[in-house]
Amino acid sequence: MNRRKGETATGRLFCILFARSPVFPSMRPLAVSSRITVAILIAALGAAGCQKKDPRAEFTFENGTDVQTLDPALMTGQPEHRIANAIFEGLTARSPNGAEIVPGVAKSWEVSPDGLRYTFHLRDCAWSDGTPVTAGDFIYSWRRVLDPSMGAAYYAYQLFYIRGAEEFNEGKLKDFSQVGVRAPDARTLAVELKAPTPFFLYLTSFYTLFPVNRACVEKHGELWTRPGNIVGNGPFLLTEWIASRRIRLARNPRYWDRGGVRLATIDALPTENESTAFNMYMTGEADWVDGAGIPLHLIDLLRLRPDFHKTTILVTYFYRFNVTRPPTNDPRVRKALDLAADKQRIVDKILRAGQMPAATLVPPSMPRYRPPEGLAYNPAEARRLLAEAGYPGGRGFPRVSILFNTSEAHKQIAVEMQAIWKENLGIRVELENQEWGTYLNTESALDYWISRAGWVADYPDPNTFLDMFVTGGGNNRTGWGSRRYDGLIAAAGRERDEGRRMELFREAERILVVDEMPIMPIYFYVSLNLYDAGRIGGIYPNPLDEHPLKYVFIK
Amino acid sequence: MLTYILKRILWMIPTVWVVATLAFLLMRAAPGGPFDAERKLPPSIEKNVKAKYHYDEPLYRQYFRYMGGIARLDLGPSLKLQGRSVNEIIAQALPYSLALGGLALGLALFLGIIFGTVAAAHRNGPLDYAVMVVALAGISVPTFVIGPLLIILFVFVLRILPVAQWGGPAHLVMPVITLAAPFTAYVARLMRAGMLDVLNQPFIRAARAKGAGEASIIYRHALKVAVLPVVTFLGPASAQLLTGSVVVEKIFNLPGLGRFFVNSAFNRDHTVALGVALLYCVMLLVFNLLVDVSYAWLDPRIRYK
Repeated sequence: MNRRKGETATGRLFCILFARSPVFPSMRPLAVSSRITVAILIAALGAAGCQKKDPRAEFTFENGTDVQTLDPALMTGQPEHRIANAIFEGLTARSPNGAEIVPGVAKSWEVSPDGLRYTFHLRDCAWSDGTPVTAGDFIYSWRRVLDPSMGAAYYAYQLFYIRGAEEFNEGKLKDFSQVGVRAPDARTLAVELKAPTPFFLYLTSFYTLFPVNRACVEKHGELWTRPGNIVGNGPFLLTEWIASRRIRLARNPRYWDRGGVRLATIDALPTENESTAFNMYMTGEADWVDGAGIPLHLIDLLRLRPDFHKTTILVTYFYRFNVTRPPTNDPRVRKALDLAADKQRIVDKILRAGQMPAATLVPPSMPRYRPPEGLAYNPAEARRLLAEAGYPGGRGFPRVSILFNTSEAHKQIAVEMQAIWKENLGIRVELENQEWGTYLNTESALDYWISRAGWVADYPDPNTFLDMFVTGGGNNRTGWGSRRYDGLIAAAGRERDEGRRMELFREAERILVVDEMPIMPIYFYVSLNLYDAGRIGGIYPNPLDEHPLKYVFIK
Repeated sequence: MLTYILKRILWMIPTVWVVATLAFLLMRAAPGGPFDAERKLPPSIEKNVKAKYHYDEPLYRQYFRYMGGIARLDLGPSLKLQGRSVNEIIAQALPYSLALGGLALGLALFLGIIFGTVAAAHRNGPLDYAVMVVALAGISVPTFVIGPLLIILFVFVLRILPVAQWGGPAHLVMPVITLAAPFTAYVARLMRAGMLDVLNQPFIRAARAKGAGEASIIYRHALKVAVLPVVTFLGPASAQLLTGSVVVEKIFNLPGLGRFFVNSAFNRDHTVALGVALLYCVMLLVFNLLVDVSYAWLDPRIRYK
């Protein structure tokens, strides 16, 4: 075959790539392989084209990560929490600002004078399949959470405040009728607690205690939470759940307060990447994005915007000290490290979103509680204590490191802390970055000196922070223990008088952050949210950073 | 030929078994477990969780249980995504990865072969240098830089494409370009090298001697031999592209398999990590087999017995 004039090299190649074999017989294999290329392209385009583009929901928000499960008995995280709050409702619920308790399935309740017995009166309301929600549904659901054969009910301990519940979960108690929960009639639920639990009405609004529909669970087994199967009793229905793509909710026409639900449809997007979530908000593909979608390096610009909303929340960032190995086994060393830590500098230089430096573990925004006076930044006193401990000017200070899990923010804070301690104490601290699983393992095994930590309040009560550090507690992980501290926390658990109870917590916390210092508080978190308050209503800043979707509306 | 293919397929079984065993042991040797969390579980709850997934049994029993599952093509339940089996996760995510990877593969082959051939035809000319500089950039600039650059250009400057999400064809433009960029560059370089190598061979000299034109030599005589290195590269490249890319999936928020691969390893979701690794292994073996078979097709000198 002769080369025809006027053909360009590329043009010729196009001909060859797409040629039919009779034209270029000797090119057959290549023609075939190029046809494979074309076939791949067409098949892939076809597969892509099959995915029809559907209209976006009335309200779309970034939900951080994929939900791991929609079974309230099994879930543990915030993305799950938001969806569970939309498709289920507990005995009690949270107010629009998330901070107060309002009636849910229970229209009213009574508490016995000793604080041990709660009687809930259920309203006349229905599941999304039309059957009534009864007291028996709650007994079934709580038993399901506590049943040892349920397996992965990680938060079963949220029910351990009920008499006999822990024993039943351990398998020591076989007969569930011995557990302190009874239904005198279909619309009354009587609960008996082990000890007065002032935050119990918060727990009944927590997803682990949500009712699930027995007929639905028994009919579909593990697949009961799938769209089409799931039966809920909340303001919304689950209509679509495509893993790592979208969850779609629609208003539940059978919800008792359907008139109070303003949105018809909601999309929750599992966008893991911070910049992607932010870009989607900026291009209008999402209406609300929380701190997980706000890039740290843009904070200085974003905080000036009217749609940037910031509020202090009940979350504390702190360092654990390992008190079982030198030099952090010496309280003077631990105190010196704390006194020398310029927390204001960390907040101003690294975080920059208006976080507050912390001198206590319990945030001052904790309702009804006034934390003790913590230690203030005092490098001179820090140097004195370090010298007293045998390291004048930092001389002879052994090799220690700060352990943290992989995260840009943790790293920046640790690097800054390293510099601060070098300047103020003359000591050299190393950095040890581990990925999440390894970090948890290292911390639990007490194979560290200083370790990064954070704690989110489960309920608005100091107990959620302070019972962490009782001797041998699963979340203690410092090796520290104090009988006086344990005694105070136990006494607070028994105390009926609210003021006296807070005083006991305050005394306990003073041991923790002033006298012994097995931990070093660094800062209190702020929650960051981006949404246009001129267009979106019903989202209120609050210390638990909870924004029930029920109340959200488009203006 | 058929016996050869059959033999290769049979060999896959012990290969997969070895990979599964190694992956199982490595996964278990990593510190931390699937049930660890920042909030330590009460012992009774931890015991119940472990019993549910048979983590209370000795390791060898768990191993045999897992291998038994693989033999029945059952990759077990996810330890983190409760109520979902690994089979279901793969079935749900793989089609997205296949579509995305298939498009990227097609684009990379198409552009790469053209660029490489053009560069070789104009070797040491300005066109050659231009193509190779672009290819070098394609290889060296990582996808997490290309992706955001495309976003700035198409979303925030030109405002013609949606920023992320799975949706219509417009949603796929940037992910496909991002994913295809390094592979296009590789294909172009391999194509150019293969072409230059072939152009120095005696049969090309013979063609020149008989008076064939340069274009005819390149496209009629050289191309199908020169494309062999690209085909070799296609095996691992296909397996890699079709099982998903975590970076591209995260940047463009796509529901493919790549993010499961990485997240499951971080979360110690042993079954998901093993399942995706095995899928990758099987795909690699299958594509390499296809590549070897296509050699015989492309080059008449190659025969399998």
